[in-house]
Amino acid sequence: MRMFLLGLAALVIVAIAGISAPWLQFLLSLAIAKGLAALGVAILLRAGLISIGHAMFFAIGAYATAFLTRNGITDFVSLLILSTLIATAAGVVVGAFMVRYRAIFFAMLNLAVSMVLFSLLSKLYNITGGTDGMRVARATFFGIAPGEQTFELIVFLTSLVVVMLVGFAVSAYFRSPLGEALKAVHTNEIRLEYISIPVWGVLLVGYTISAALAGLGGSFAAMIIGHVLPEMAFWTESGHLILVAVLGGIGGVAGPFIGAIFLELVHTFAASFTDAWSMIVGAALLFVIFFLPSGLYGLINKKRGGSAV
Amino acid sequence: MSKPLLKAENLEISFHGVKAADGVNLEINEGEFLAIIGPNGAGKTTLLNLCTGYLKPSAGHVYLDGKQITHLSPRQIAKRGIARAFQIPQLFTDHRVIDNVMLSNAARLNLWQMLSPLDRPRYRDEAMELLRMFNLADHANDLASTLPEGRRKLLDIAVALALKPRLVLLDEPTSGVSAIERFGLMETLMTALRQAKVTALFVEHDMDVVRRYAERVLVWNRGHVLTQGRPEEVFQDQRVIETVVGAV
Ligand SMILES: Nc1ncnc2c1ncn2[C@@H]1O[C@H](COP(=O)(O)OP(=O)(O)OP(=O)(O)O)[C@@H](O)[C@H]1O
Ligand SMILES: [Mg+2]
Repeated sequence: MRMFLLGLAALVIVAIAGISAPWLQFLLSLAIAKGLAALGVAILLRAGLISIGHAMFFAIGAYATAFLTRNGITDFVSLLILSTLIATAAGVVVGAFMVRYRAIFFAMLNLAVSMVLFSLLSKLYNITGGTDGMRVARATFFGIAPGEQTFELIVFLTSLVVVMLVGFAVSAYFRSPLGEALKAVHTNEIRLEYISIPVWGVLLVGYTISAALAGLGGSFAAMIIGHVLPEMAFWTESGHLILVAVLGGIGGVAGPFIGAIFLELVHTFAASFTDAWSMIVGAALLFVIFFLPSGLYGLINKKRGGSAV
Repeated sequence: MSKPLLKAENLEISFHGVKAADGVNLEINEGEFLAIIGPNGAGKTTLLNLCTGYLKPSAGHVYLDGKQITHLSPRQIAKRGIARAFQIPQLFTDHRVIDNVMLSNAARLNLWQMLSPLDRPRYRDEAMELLRMFNLADHANDLASTLPEGRRKLLDIAVALALKPRLVLLDEPTSGVSAIERFGLMETLMTALRQAKVTALFVEHDMDVVRRYAERVLVWNRGHVLTQGRPEEVFQDQRVIETVVGAV
């Protein structure tokens, strides 16, 4: 309950910041989009699995939005839902293959698949626009086409609502037997088998949810930026998602969003006068790893990292 | 009502040329309390690994209720009613003590229930009952990793029983438990098994425990059954005294 109120308070603060300083809206919406994908990565981290390829689902969500828009679907909500479903389907297919692997094999296989996607997106010029990517026309809301500022405001507010819904859903998932079992995969897979809980099923559900979240984030990003690029699937983007997840903390659903907003702010301010950006991020990461093992999120949640939100 | 619940036939397996099971035959009847004794490295744990599908025998079969289970996975065998407690406790160390038991209970849930909260009064009560039985109730909300060695062993057994199995295989239930608590644990265990009508096979090093609780003893040496019978008979046997009792 306390965490719920804190989360709500944080959302309200972000909302006020965005509304009173409209130039922040773009930045915060994008941070939230990445935060959604980082939450997906964090879900797998709970099971002790590091995916260095999750940007592929972010890219799938983004390109799905681009293709759907090009094919005449322009409604904002429909685009979000359909793109997420497409990423979810991709998650089931890729996940069915991935959940048999652990540790470095899991990490590398995800990387490999994401690199295949990256090169397909870059090479299939006629379909994907190659390295130029694809433009994404501004979405409409229930048939109304808003101006740029209104669009940014609506996207920003929607992203906050989505964060809240996703926060509820994912923390409910973490508290369910399936979510608890996901954490148990990390500590004792053998015992899990011996109490007749199918590890592959537990992981496949986790993987699919994480792909869906990354796809949702990607769809948001495509509409916020108005453009999709193959780089969205590049491995450095996957690395960025891990960075966000670890920095923010994987103890609860709020962590990745805190991490994403923090990084996006540091990036914007540090990059504007020096190239100290990498140094600041590096120092922050060192600080978190040594002093805040449960991430920035651990600052507000002093409790043992077991229950979420 | 004495028919074999579990039956192993001519099981064979070897590691690097050393036979850990060399034509093993075993029967355990419904409601029985069977002990397995034998020196270190005799292949006792290996036998449990074979019966639960963790290892596949190079020859031989395992039957539950007359049906082959040799080819099944540990998960499928657990689903059919064989639970196992481990020589070295296998716990979810990042979970609370009570979560360990509740997760085991949750294995019976359907998919929809698998998505609703685990920590609910109904599941909690069920788990607490078991924890109370094993004197773990005070630790219910502690992380499993913080439990002292002896209590981990108890929790490991509680997790196995939470599955409500028909047969439980216990690998040295009293090892790591202090000599004073040993008989208390065995009493608890016997009560729990009788109450739930669970058949049990237990590997044991403490001969006093075996003498007092086992209905039948299998003596194990170098991958095969040396002899078997009632405890009082078996402990008279000169070979048993040499290989097992003397060695412990
Ligand atoms: N997975 C394995 N790989 C290789 N060798 C193994 C494996 N499991 C068991 N062994 C070997 O098989 C033999 C029997 O081991 P096992 O653990 O079954 O003995 P045990 O009777 O349970 O001994 P203890 O009383 O020490 O628990 C030993 O020599 C052991 O080293
Ligand atoms: Mg052993």
